[in-house]
Amino acid sequence: MALTPVITAHWDEPDCFTVDGYKKVGGYRAIKKALKMDPDDVINIIKDSGLRGRGGAGFPTGMKWSFVPQNDGHPHYLTVNGDESEPGACKDIPIMMANPQALIEGIIITCWAIRAEHAFVYIRGEVPEPIRRMHAAVADAEAHGFLGENILGSGMNLKLTVTSGAGAYICGEETALLDSLEGRRGQPRLKPPFPAVAGLYSAPTVINNVETITSVPYIIENGVSWYRSMGTDKSPGFKVWAVSGHVNRPGIYEAPLGITMGELLDYAGGIRDGHELKFWLPGGSSVPLLLQDHLDTPMTYEDIAAAGSMLGTGTPMLFDDTTSVVKAITRWLEFYKHESCGKCTPCREGTAWITGSLERFQEGVGRSEDIEGLVELSNHILGRSFCALGDAAATPYEPALKAFRSEFEAARHQPVDEAFPPAATMIIPPETANLAGAAT
Amino acid sequence: MTAQAEGEAADTDLVHAFIDGQPVSVPKGTLIIRAAEQVGVEIPRFCDHPLLDPVAACRQCLVEVEGMPKPQPACALYVSEDMKVKTQDTSTEAEVAQKGVMEFLLANHPLDCPVCDKGGECPLQNQAMTAGRTTSRYTLPKRTFPKPINVSAQVLLDRERCVNCQRCTRFADEIAGDPLIDLMERGAEQQIGIGEEPFDSYFSGNTIQICPVGALTSADYRFKARPFDLVSVPTTCEHCASGCATRTDWRHESVERRYAWEDPAVNEDWNCDKGRFAFKYLSENRLTTPLVREDGQLRKASWPEALRIVAARLAQAGSRSAVVTGGRLSLEDAYAYGRFARTDLGTDNIDFRTRPTSQEEQDFLASRVAGTAGPTYADLEAAPTVLLVGFEPEEESPIVYLRLRKAVRKHGMRVFSIAPFASEGLEKLSGELLATVPGSEAATLRSLPDDVAKELRADGAMILVGERLAQSQGGLSAAVALSEQTGASLAWIPRRAGERGSLDAGAISGLLPGGRPITDAAARQEVAKVWGIEALPETPGLNLAGIIAAIAADEAGAAAAEDSEEEYERSIEALILAGVDVSDVAEPAALQRAIDDAPFVVALDIRPTEVTAAADVVFPVATVAEKSGTFVDWEGRRRPFAITFPETQMFSDATVLSLIADNLDHDPAPRNVPALRAEIEALGAWAGERPDVPQVPAPPASPAGDNQTAVLATWRLLLDLGVTQEGAPYLAATRRPSVARISAATAAGLGIGEGDPVRVGSQTGSITLPVAVTEMPDGIVWVPTNSPDSRVTESLGVGAGATVSLSRPTDLTEGA
Repeated sequence: MALTPVITAHWDEPDCFTVDGYKKVGGYRAIKKALKMDPDDVINIIKDSGLRGRGGAGFPTGMKWSFVPQNDGHPHYLTVNGDESEPGACKDIPIMMANPQALIEGIIITCWAIRAEHAFVYIRGEVPEPIRRMHAAVADAEAHGFLGENILGSGMNLKLTVTSGAGAYICGEETALLDSLEGRRGQPRLKPPFPAVAGLYSAPTVINNVETITSVPYIIENGVSWYRSMGTDKSPGFKVWAVSGHVNRPGIYEAPLGITMGELLDYAGGIRDGHELKFWLPGGSSVPLLLQDHLDTPMTYEDIAAAGSMLGTGTPMLFDDTTSVVKAITRWLEFYKHESCGKCTPCREGTAWITGSLERFQEGVGRSEDIEGLVELSNHILGRSFCALGDAAATPYEPALKAFRSEFEAARHQPVDEAFPPAATMIIPPETANLAGAAT
Repeated sequence: MTAQAEGEAADTDLVHAFIDGQPVSVPKGTLIIRAAEQVGVEIPRFCDHPLLDPVAACRQCLVEVEGMPKPQPACALYVSEDMKVKTQDTSTEAEVAQKGVMEFLLANHPLDCPVCDKGGECPLQNQAMTAGRTTSRYTLPKRTFPKPINVSAQVLLDRERCVNCQRCTRFADEIAGDPLIDLMERGAEQQIGIGEEPFDSYFSGNTIQICPVGALTSADYRFKARPFDLVSVPTTCEHCASGCATRTDWRHESVERRYAWEDPAVNEDWNCDKGRFAFKYLSENRLTTPLVREDGQLRKASWPEALRIVAARLAQAGSRSAVVTGGRLSLEDAYAYGRFARTDLGTDNIDFRTRPTSQEEQDFLASRVAGTAGPTYADLEAAPTVLLVGFEPEEESPIVYLRLRKAVRKHGMRVFSIAPFASEGLEKLSGELLATVPGSEAATLRSLPDDVAKELRADGAMILVGERLAQSQGGLSAAVALSEQTGASLAWIPRRAGERGSLDAGAISGLLPGGRPITDAAARQEVAKVWGIEALPETPGLNLAGIIAAIAADEAGAAAAEDSEEEYERSIEALILAGVDVSDVAEPAALQRAIDDAPFVVALDIRPTEVTAAADVVFPVATVAEKSGTFVDWEGRRRPFAITFPETQMFSDATVLSLIADNLDHDPAPRNVPALRAEIEALGAWAGERPDVPQVPAPPASPAGDNQTAVLATWRLLLDLGVTQEGAPYLAATRRPSVARISAATAAGLGIGEGDPVRVGSQTGSITLPVAVTEMPDGIVWVPTNSPDSRVTESLGVGAGATVSLSRPTDLTEGA
């Protein structure tokens, strides 16, 4: 399947992130079209396009917008989720760096559709570059009259606030993001009420991922049938795939949904020379791992689910035969333990317990009862935690055990760094001379 | 909501569901966990509390709901029509889920139950027995924290035991409005903590009670006892007129702790820290035997001797006696004093109001309050608008404050307050201030802004007046007039627990039990019949001010008579004082003089005081722990309490009075609580005509202060130097600091700023406190009435509305 650069089409232009650069390649035409339309018609176009949320859950975007009550006398808000913190995910930050004006245009159109006059972009706190880039982009757009009062004479007013978190993965969960945005401790809220009814400051709020909103102007500009000409019926359109891991050319490849991992792997130059694919994850660390057999599975929400995993953020990570699955799983669990917000018991206690047990395997002193026991512990978190963070933490272990049980058995006696020397798995290993030098 | 409205809701808005196969019908908006309770199914829980908003954080209450893919938290999901819920009793999924959560909760728990205060009454312990495993599979090192840290002087936190249910933080935030504790850190390191301020909430003790583990303990009770060694008695809090149901736990004739007890109609599940922690006075520094004065000194005496002396002197004095009872008596004891004065002494010289008062207040109480059943807590909660006049709920009736806050939070009640400044309590009620110079309350009431007056016309609106309004001339008259104009109901909220009962019992001149005017022949007849006597005094006797004045006049008359060698017939020969604290009245010096000058003084008290030191005979009486009785809360609701120490040798006031009556050879008076209650019930409330409401006009506007003077504003803080708070150092450490509040302009006029000392002076003395610059009218100074370094009646000898001097202490030093 051919690549279809849309969002990424002009990233090699030196001024791709400016209003002028964006306009040069056709930017800010969609809002002229959208602002002349009835807001409900904009919602219907997005509904008809079949655009699904790119933050991981794949919820239909147009439907989400239509949940916002109209003429309710409350202000409405759009909050763009740029808290990209998922291990392996690296697509929203590049989009904000290279195509921020398309994101802003998407925000304007979305706010027109949901009748919001104030939007927020909430960016992960540890990454100053996109935060600076978005601040500059908003100033640029304001200077060109795309933000502020009476945009393009449409009567629409829009204030766009760029804000950042303080370094918590949980704040990518939409309701925790809202609490954080309100200046509170970022922990997920009880639902209902859903944000579309009572979100930011208890007002109706739409929360969408950066990539989702950035897709909007292209759909408005080029139409539903153009959009639906890509992808499948249930997973239409293009997608920014961020391929990482043991591949020869890791990077961002924009292609329709339905492309296979095998095809993406070809674009990425294949598994690094002299090695074979061991396992891969379609979208971040929160999804079950897949194997070589799944390389031909179309990368759609439904096909990947049928294969036993989830499309997630659509940022595949590939691992070759130098990788210890025990170490990979342990590393992810350490991440979830560190990022568990603490609100609910299963996630708070369970992530710490599983991580501690996995670390024993990593050190070669795994307990045999833990091999099955960790499956049970995972199942005590899965579906019982307050939000999806706990589910994510409960996901990796069982598929890894199923595919690579012998590695866990071995790790009862042998440290994984002996079986899988760390230097071998590194893409750029430290030079032997340096290591020797350090040793002496 | 009224009972009727609730009934209607029940008929129309029921949803029908099944819990473990049992049909259940509950009002719409009922959580599964509550519906299950109704059919006898107890779902284990930690974070859930019926009065807190659901959070679904602990996940202990997971149940299976048909049609839902995952187990659902019963504490956060509302019952819907035809919902089929399976709990741990019938669903393996629910049982396994609950066991999993319990295993997680216990993984890092220290399991130090044998040394934990909560052991034996611990929800974690109990539920671990039902939903836990017998052994732990957790083999990693446990999470440890340094053992307890103070979140306040009173509340200790043991983070190892904490299950992060957030009941305490939610209570502090939602109920008390003091979000001084919160979650900190995250993940497995998450813990409760404080910021720069300690958790000095007036309601902090409730967090200890609702903590479902032993994480929060009280500095006072820690390591004192095991719950199963304590005897629990249902009691009523004696500290204010809120009327909290409490539970007193004791052993070895010593109160070990007090808990709030559940009463949905009154205190719900809460009480304040004074009610919870101020009980050491019950056992410390007690009077134990009668004392009689001999050769100028008090000495111990036997009961028969003391009773004989008192009977002899009272027989002589007869109607030339007077009775002053303080405001802390039970209904039954106050009734006994009123009865004793009228039947055994033949006098109506009686008053229970040992505080700044007025004739206007007495008329107001007689016409509008005595013997009535007023608006209730439920009415308060339902009110759309409440106007506070001379009343700081958080300081003076904390449960009223909590109910107001609930109404503000749940249905947006609007609160207005006529006060000199917006107190912390008013801010927590999102209240609006009608800034008023003390003394001008009547003027403000008579010229309310149109929107406030309009709000008060709404159905269910209420005006709450505090006892302090008596100090402001015309205030109560204006409040009555406003109530009549707008239709807003009017409630009088005194501070002390015994005030309302004393009023209803007739321990005040001019009023017989049940609000009967003594001037009304029919009223007198009803009472005389029950009391088995021929006649009662027909004209009102002296109130406290009258008694003090009469003794002063007697003293002057006697001195004059001595010069002219004539006989002088005193109007007051004997003074009986029960639980009176001299510093409580507006002018303590005058009362002390009256006590010193009265020819014969009998004091009844639980402990030695300035009054007992000056008395001729002293009788020790029972504390609330040593007797049963009834308090009447501000609503007029009876709040009975049981005796805590059944083996006590102490006599109640009523018993002592009956013993005096016996020694007077009078007809036996009712001696015990059942007999007293029977009489009170037989009398009931007065159904006849009531006296007219007072119509005291607003005084002419008083000039506000200038640079050297200010109008004094003052009220008592909940935690202060009150005698019943003695012996509770941890509680005392959570008092609000004593400050003097003045406006920025007043401060600037004195050339002082925030935190600088300011001297507030009168002819009697002065108070020097650090300044808290406050948004308030210029020319007013507020100081607490009875706090450290700020004892207004003793130091200044004046009350709210008086003009006092303001100065920089250094100026005086220079001047001197």
